[in-house]
Amino acid sequence: MLILECPYCGVKAEETELSPGYEAHLKRFGPGSSDTEFEDYMFARKNPKGVHFERWRHVYGCGKWFLAARCTATLEVFGTYPAQSAEPPADLQAKIKAKRPDWKGYK
Amino acid sequence: MKRYSVFAIAKEALNYHLGWEKAWASPAPKKEYDAIIVGAGGHGLATAYYLGKNHGITNVAIIEKGWLGGGNTGRNTTIIRSNYLQDSSAAIYEKARSLYETMSQDLNYNVMFSPRGLLMLAQTHHEIRGYQRTAHANALQGVATEWISPAKVKELVPIINIDGPRYPVLGALYQARGGTARHDAVAWGYARACSAMGMDIIQQCEVKGVKTENGVVKGVETSKGFIGTKKLGIVVAGHSGQLADMAGFRLPVEAVALQAMVSEPIKPCMDVVVMANTVHGYMSQSDKGEMVIGGGTDGFNNFTQRGSFHHIEETLRALIETFPMISRLKMLRQWGGIVDMTGDRSPLISKTPVGNCFINCGWGTGGFKAIPGSGWAMAELMAKGEPGALAEAFNMWRFKEGQFIDESVAAGVAH
Ligand SMILES: Cc1cc2nc3c(=O)[nH]c(=O)nc-3n(C[C@H](O)[C@H](O)[C@H](O)COP(=O)(O)OP(=O)(O)OC[C@H]3O[C@@H](n4cnc5c(N)ncnc54)[C@H](O)[C@@H]3O)c2cc1C
Ligand SMILES: [Zn+2]
Repeated sequence: MLILECPYCGVKAEETELSPGYEAHLKRFGPGSSDTEFEDYMFARKNPKGVHFERWRHVYGCGKWFLAARCTATLEVFGTYPAQSAEPPADLQAKIKAKRPDWKGYK
Repeated sequence: MKRYSVFAIAKEALNYHLGWEKAWASPAPKKEYDAIIVGAGGHGLATAYYLGKNHGITNVAIIEKGWLGGGNTGRNTTIIRSNYLQDSSAAIYEKARSLYETMSQDLNYNVMFSPRGLLMLAQTHHEIRGYQRTAHANALQGVATEWISPAKVKELVPIINIDGPRYPVLGALYQARGGTARHDAVAWGYARACSAMGMDIIQQCEVKGVKTENGVVKGVETSKGFIGTKKLGIVVAGHSGQLADMAGFRLPVEAVALQAMVSEPIKPCMDVVVMANTVHGYMSQSDKGEMVIGGGTDGFNNFTQRGSFHHIEETLRALIETFPMISRLKMLRQWGGIVDMTGDRSPLISKTPVGNCFINCGWGTGGFKAIPGSGWAMAELMAKGEPGALAEAFNMWRFKEGQFIDESVAAGVAH
């Protein structure tokens, strides 16, 4: 059972209290972008077997969106952080790097 | 290969059953092949089989990191149907369904195809319109389906409760020649036939890298060393993104977990397959008497072959309203598989940006039924280098063009 701590209300929320929102830190492409950019953004989402950054919503709690770092191969949760982050916090990245030395970084 | 027959059984019965041969050989890999298929699931094995049978290409290796049929092919709820909406889907799924009709004879292996009839229940007005539309589309496509009334549903499925209260059964899309087959036997039957044609099935061998030169595939790095090939077919379902990564391209595919479970065995009570997409459950009864039940996918990327616990309860809770008699059944086993989902919930049978490298994936939650048709189309693509009529629409560039083959019903699943 997946348990993520909501960074806003501090609740350790179990999966049924949350709603998943797939890849985090997406750059959205729309009118004016090339077909390839739009296709990549819309369909070719990241699908790593390992460290992954995702959007989640604390839907039956405070209702807010937040971001989570998780391992898709083991279901280990590395940490969660507010949705207003342009990239994963440095200390979280360092923590992941320590646990997964061959992780190539979040980009 | 010694043929299986009633005479063979009689002969072996007198011979203490010592004369049966191994169903397939387990050779060491050769240095090079004309074609390598990665992934010995149903789709990979069927591809190899039709490469040999339809195109005379038998210098083929099928490389599998685990054991053959141990992926989704051995984990699914075995529903076979071809009542799809879009023409290109109906064509390939009906090709597959029709090949299932003769598969046991063709492979000389009993795959226990059981065209017992399949119902997709309409439990909302939206579904009534949707399924009536599909029935009309199927009539034009030459796929035999019909729209049936709630009374007819009750006649076919006496254990069903059609009165609701929350989701009354308002009718169903009925495919009389839909049904089930024995999943392991499909993989084993193809494997035996491939081995008999001289192909090498190499199990316990993980592909770890794809070697290319000037944008053309040259071979694969594996846990048993480098193996060269003229053509490569990637048929690894949930791990398609990883293999594409090794070959140097990206795929519009994400991996999520899908679960199923079986109950304790009970006396025969339901001789058709019933799918209830609104409440999100589907059920059939196995020959052993277990109720075989499938649920929904998780909403997050996952490679663990373990789905979320709460889905089990949600699936059963939903089915109990429609099948009150299952409320006291004990569930015996539950498992998960990693399914490969595309944006339009339709598969890819496609060339790739890498020369002589082909991909077959994206069957997601519903590819067991497609195995023979998919193998047929993939073999044609690999042998000729260009897709035939069955595969053409399923190219990986359709997302860029916006030419979706949209089969995602309201719930976003299609089993
Ligand atoms: C719970 C569940 C229920 C389902 N119910 C139905 C249903 O009722 N009807 C239906 O039609 N479909 C159903 N499906 C979907 C169906 O099971 C799949 O679409 C189908 O089996 C996919 O077959 P495949 O050969 O592509 O993949 P798989 O059978 O998964 O085979 C892929 C193989 O590739 C191997 N592999 C992966 N990576 C590597 C590597 N690096 N090197 C070597 N080998 C590798 C894997 O070990 C695996 O054996 C269900 C799926 C699940 C999980
Ligand atoms: Zn919260």
